[in-house]
Formats: sequence, C-alpha cells, structure tokens
Amino acid sequence: MKISRLLKTIFMVDFLTGLTIAIKEVFKEKKTINYPHEKGAVSPRSRGEHALRRYPNGEERCIACKLCEAVCPAQAITIESTEREDGSRKTTRYDIDMLKCIYCGLCEESCPVDAIVQGPNFEFSTETREELYYNKEKLLENGDRWESVLAANINADNSHR
Amino acid sequence: MIEYLIILLSEIYKISILLIPVLTAVAMIVWLDRRVWAFVQKRRGPNVVGPFGLFQSLADALKYVFKEIIIPASSNKIIFILAPIVTMTLALIAWAVIPFSETFVIADINVGILYLFAVSSLGVYGIIMGGWASNSKYPFLGSIRSAAQMVSYEVSIGIIIINVLLCVGSLNLSDIVKAQQNLWFVIPLFPMFVIFFISALAETNRPPFDLPEAEAELVAGYQTEYSGMMYAMFWLGEYANILLMCAMGSILFLGGWLSPIDLFPFNIIPGALWMIFKILFLFILFALVKAIVPRYRYDQLMKLGWKIFLPFSLTWVVLTAGYLLYFDLLPVN
Repeated sequence: MKISRLLKTIFMVDFLTGLTIAIKEVFKEKKTINYPHEKGAVSPRSRGEHALRRYPNGEERCIACKLCEAVCPAQAITIESTEREDGSRKTTRYDIDMLKCIYCGLCEESCPVDAIVQGPNFEFSTETREELYYNKEKLLENGDRWESVLAANINADNSHR
Repeated sequence: MIEYLIILLSEIYKISILLIPVLTAVAMIVWLDRRVWAFVQKRRGPNVVGPFGLFQSLADALKYVFKEIIIPASSNKIIFILAPIVTMTLALIAWAVIPFSETFVIADINVGILYLFAVSSLGVYGIIMGGWASNSKYPFLGSIRSAAQMVSYEVSIGIIIINVLLCVGSLNLSDIVKAQQNLWFVIPLFPMFVIFFISALAETNRPPFDLPEAEAELVAGYQTEYSGMMYAMFWLGEYANILLMCAMGSILFLGGWLSPIDLFPFNIIPGALWMIFKILFLFILFALVKAIVPRYRYDQLMKLGWKIFLPFSLTWVVLTAGYLLYFDLLPVN
C-alpha cells in the first residue's frame, strides 16, 4: 500500500469528503414533490383514465366501428351496437375492464372520430374491483368531466398526428 | 410496610420520569433518522403526519399494534416471544445509570460504566434468541453474524473505556463527567473518540456494519420471522440502544451535561439540555453516516475490529498510561 493511500485511510479523508458533501446536499433544493398537495406536470400525451367524448351538440362521437375493440391487445373492451331510428350506428354497450387494460393507448390511436381517449387523470383507484369495470355511462361521464382538458390535449398533439 | 411502599412508588415515579421521555425520544429519533437520510438524498422524508411529520412514528406504532403477531409453527414459541422483550428491556434498563445532570440520575452506582457495558453486551442475547428460536435460515445466519460482530467490537469499546477510566480514576459516570470540567476527553483522546464512534456503529448494527440485517443477502436478518408488535419492539430496542450509545459517547468524551464554555449565555442552559444536545449531535452523525457509506463485507468488518481497532486502542492505552505516569498526572482518589 502506498504511503499516501495509507495516510488517507488513517485520517479518513474519503469519509470526511463524503460527509461534507452529504451536509451540503442537505441544504440543497429538494428533488421530490409533496405529492398529494402538489403534482408533477402531465404530458398531453399521457395515457391515463379513459373517456368517451361527445360532439359540442351533445351527440356521442362513437360510431361503433369496433376498431378499438379489435386492436385492444388485452381484450379489455366490449362493444355492442345497434342502428338508431335516424339511421346512424351507435353503441348500446361500451365496457372497458380497467383491470385488464394495459394503458397502451392503441384504442385512442385507432379511433377515427377521437371518441375514446385516454385523459391525464391517473388517480382513479377504488376500493373494490367492481368499480373498475367501466361501462358506457361512466366513460361518457368522464368525457363530460374532462372535455376541456381532453380537447386541449388533442389540439396540442394535433401537429404530430 | 408503608415506608417500603413509599420508596417503591418514588422509584417508579423516577423511572417513569426517565423512561417516558426516552421512549418518546426513541419514536422521535426514528423520524429524525428517516428525515436526515431523506435530506441527504434530496428527498423530503416523512412530512405528512403532524407538524413536519413528527407523529409519523406514532402512526407506525399504531399500525404495528393492530397487526397480527405471526408465530411460525416450527419455532420455539417461548424463546421466540421472549427475544424482543429481552432486547427491549435490556435497552431500557441501561438508562438507569445515565446521568442527565448533576442531580438527575436514577442509580448513581459506583461501577456505572461497568453496568452499562455489561447490559449493552447482554443485548446480543435478544438477537441470538430471536434468530435461533425462529428456526429459519436467514434469521439464524443474521443472528450469528450479529453476535460475532457485537462481541468483536465490544472488546475495542472496552479498551477505549479503559483509556477514559485511566484519566478519571473512577467508574462512576457522574465522576467521569465531572473529570471533564476543564477539558473534554474528546480533545486529548480524539482518536479513541473516532474509534468509539465507529465501534458504536458496529455495536448497534448500523450501516455500514448492518450485516445482520443485510437485506440483499439475509432478507431482514434476525427480524425476518417477526411481525406486529414484536417487530416493533425489536426496532424500539435497537433505536434505544443507538440512543444509549450516543449518550455513552457524550458522557465519555463530550463532557455529558457540562456546557462547552463556562460563560454567561452557555451556563444558564440547564445541564440536561446540554446532554440532550450532545446526544442529538451524535445521533445526527449516526444518521449522516447511514446515508453516505456502503456496507462493509463481513471479513472486512472482522479485520477492522480485530486487526486494526484492537491493537490501536491497546497501544493508546499504553501511551495514555505512560503519559499520565511520566508527568505524574494520574488521578488520585
């Protein structure tokens, strides 16, 4: 062992350097946030809770083309449809099993009318499994609640699609 | 009869006056530990429960109380249950001899330092019992490591204590503090203080010497099979031991309840407060060390204990004794 190395060990130079660095770090700005009270930035492309959107006149966007059902790799989506009196095709049932869903975003991507989208909300934990079997009503309600954010997000991402 | 009762009650009163703050302090110290650790890593640490997260430990304790205590079917049930009780009790009874001020000490016995040393050595029994009674591999290996480690470092702590005793000439802890009236022992015996600190880390199974519970190898060491309140008692015992080591360090080297300088703004602060400051200072050092050092390998740990600390502190004993004898400074009682 070299003398300088030996002296370093005896006087614990490395340890003291580490200690001074540690003490300096204590007074630096924190890198984490106070999560429930302050939240981090969410990208417009973030894939959170699903929502079914409506047109501004209140009509559902979904045309029951079932592309999302077909593309869904986890087979979490179930759709049943019927023809309405005015000749348009609409869903009678639109279920998403949020427990099966892998949040890949393919449904959103496949949708020709931007009906099914994944919003920025990721805080939808529940106490029972049943609450996470989303049906059409729940999804439409989500859409109504988040519409302004969803529209802004789709708009922000528009140039890249 | 009634006199005995009065004596008993007054003793219980004195003990509760010491133990309730100590137990509260242990809970607070767990919070402080996590907080310091987090701050070094630029995290926030527990800060939600109560002001600054101060009640985090109480919330944790409450959770432990309501958790089920699982006793493995193949364990030795009596010893399994006894182990955390032993750890906890031994960690707490040692506080009896710690002087917090000139007047406040429960048992001002003449061999205080020996008592302290004996009780902290017994602490290894709780861990061994826990590891052995679990009848499981990881706890057993963890407890063996812990026993070997604590025994090794106790030897060097013992010799460090001899250094201090040579300068004091008494085994009474209050006398040890009083002998530092003019000069704290940390100045003449600084290398011994450093070795004492490192040995205390090893003695209380703190990082970088936390091999008994090395989570990467041994899951949680001797605590693996424990749950609920029994696990909490192991933790409490461990942190009470850490506090005890800090108290021991401040008594032996940092002048216990004495103020650093005997001048106006310092000497009106009561001695107990100085003692608490010193314990806290040492504990924050403990916590900082936990945050910055990687874990030692087991052979390195043993080498450090037996081949470096032991000969070094022995040499220092000879040097101290020789110096005191040559300059005729030996304390006379």
